[in-house]
Amino acid sequence: MADTVFTIDGLTVTFGEFCAVDDVSLKVRRGSITGLIGPNGAGKTTLFNAITGNLSPDRGTVTLNGKQVTGLPPDRLFAMGLGRTFQIPRPFARMSVLENVMLAPLAQIGERLTGPFLSARAVRAQEKEIRVRAMEVLEFMTLSPLADHPAGKISGGQMKLLELARVLMGDPEIILLDEPAAGVNPTLAGTLIERIEDLNQQGKTFVIIEHDMDFIMRHCDPIIALAQGKVVFEGTAVEAQSNPILLDAYLGARVDA
Amino acid sequence: MIGLISYLVFFTTVASILAIAVLGLNLQWGNTGLFNGGVVAFFGAGAYGTLLLGGTPQPDHMGGFGLIYPLALLGGMVAAGLLAWIVGVLTLRMRHDYLAISTFGVAVAFENLMRNAEWLSGGAKGIRGFERPLRAALGDGFLYNLLFLLFVLLLLFATYRFLELLVGSPFGRLLRAIREDETAARSLGKSPDRIRLIAFITGSVIMGLAGGLYGTFYAFVSPQDVLPTLTFQIWAMLIVGGAGNNRGAIMGAFLIWAAWTASGWGLSRFAPVEMQIFAGSIQYVLIGLVIVGMLLWRPQGLFPERLVVSQSGHAKN
Repeated sequence: MADTVFTIDGLTVTFGEFCAVDDVSLKVRRGSITGLIGPNGAGKTTLFNAITGNLSPDRGTVTLNGKQVTGLPPDRLFAMGLGRTFQIPRPFARMSVLENVMLAPLAQIGERLTGPFLSARAVRAQEKEIRVRAMEVLEFMTLSPLADHPAGKISGGQMKLLELARVLMGDPEIILLDEPAAGVNPTLAGTLIERIEDLNQQGKTFVIIEHDMDFIMRHCDPIIALAQGKVVFEGTAVEAQSNPILLDAYLGARVDA
Repeated sequence: MIGLISYLVFFTTVASILAIAVLGLNLQWGNTGLFNGGVVAFFGAGAYGTLLLGGTPQPDHMGGFGLIYPLALLGGMVAAGLLAWIVGVLTLRMRHDYLAISTFGVAVAFENLMRNAEWLSGGAKGIRGFERPLRAALGDGFLYNLLFLLFVLLLLFATYRFLELLVGSPFGRLLRAIREDETAARSLGKSPDRIRLIAFITGSVIMGLAGGLYGTFYAFVSPQDVLPTLTFQIWAMLIVGGAGNNRGAIMGAFLIWAAWTASGWGLSRFAPVEMQIFAGSIQYVLIGLVIVGMLLWRPQGLFPERLVVSQSGHAKN
């Protein structure tokens, strides 16, 4: 399975009596844009949180590039090449857009307490590199005119772009996007989709939660549907369009799978 | 005239010492968002530590190790750092108000320990027998106080420079990110727990330095010096000056200390005789009003935090 970048096996997350993610198993193909769909409350974001270590699953395993990573904290997973964005953007509000992006690179020597004193020159050199790259990434995400703005004062759509820009600075292999286009105006959403396609061509793997069916059908392969915490469908866009279970699930009807 | 100058030297010395403590709190709260409600415990650990290590042997309590002064002062800072490490490991998992409550509790416990553990800290009588450094050579007069003020100003400047470099570095960026959104920082590969602890200890060591200087200045420390009032004063200084801005922190220290001293003087001069016994309480009420007023009308302080736009690597106004 050389082309499987990560595998989820029997993942289960419960909140008290409620089973938010129920025995989910799936594989994500390297270089794919995998779409994750399902009605509100289907467990999509919970599944993301369980994968990225934001909450720990009750049962099941997550395997990343052949390594068991179940329950590892988000910072370790990011260092291993798994990045994510949030459904509700989480900008560092009272920091500039540029600072938001410059934060993300891993292994910054200046992040040590002694950095600015014992290795001032090395820190300055690294900062210069990071700044150049940060400006490139902001340019790529069409955010460079906002570099000096406080991140809390840009629009919601721009915050979505900023979320992706930050993640890109860490150069992860796999990026989980939680509703990247929700609340983004059509022009910006178009930019975002183009960027995702570009990055995918460069070899990045995406898993995307999205309610915009047009986007899902056009850009995602495969498409995986969740309903009431279970996988109810997995296949291509063409298969999805003719699948009665999927249509049912998306309309929120009860599924006895 | 010499009386006024002498008073100004005294005033500036105390204000500068407090400014150092405010800078320590600014690292914790202004930059990292850690609500330390027990500033006085770390200030006190520095004061007690310095005097115990640097004083002459005493029959009725521990200490009097007679260390040379720089070592005693460093020892006080280490004491504050050790206390911060223990407290930090135990409490830093808590957020905001919970952290404030638990650190406030630590400070009250610290005061009670100092008041009751006579073998350690001399109890309510405090620590005596500390010789101010170089006093034999310089005497006790105006010259001594002037040189001590210079020494304090030098340390205030050094602390300020240290923190400016720190918050302008990627480490400072990381602190701000943790303050703004810990979950997001963690998802970008950062380890907030470790960084919060480092910031908490560093800030507390700076408070310990302030405490050590305070103890040196009076050559005496007692439980009366580590009451919660001092924590509130230091907080008022930071809030008025501007959390997140080191210059603001220093300005706030001078402004609040001036207001505190002036209100004390004014009350003793103009308040009716029967009110005099309440003068101290009225001052506390005033400082509380200043904090509340600032938080309502100008929460960012007189000198708000400046946004770092790292294109040039400098802060923008």
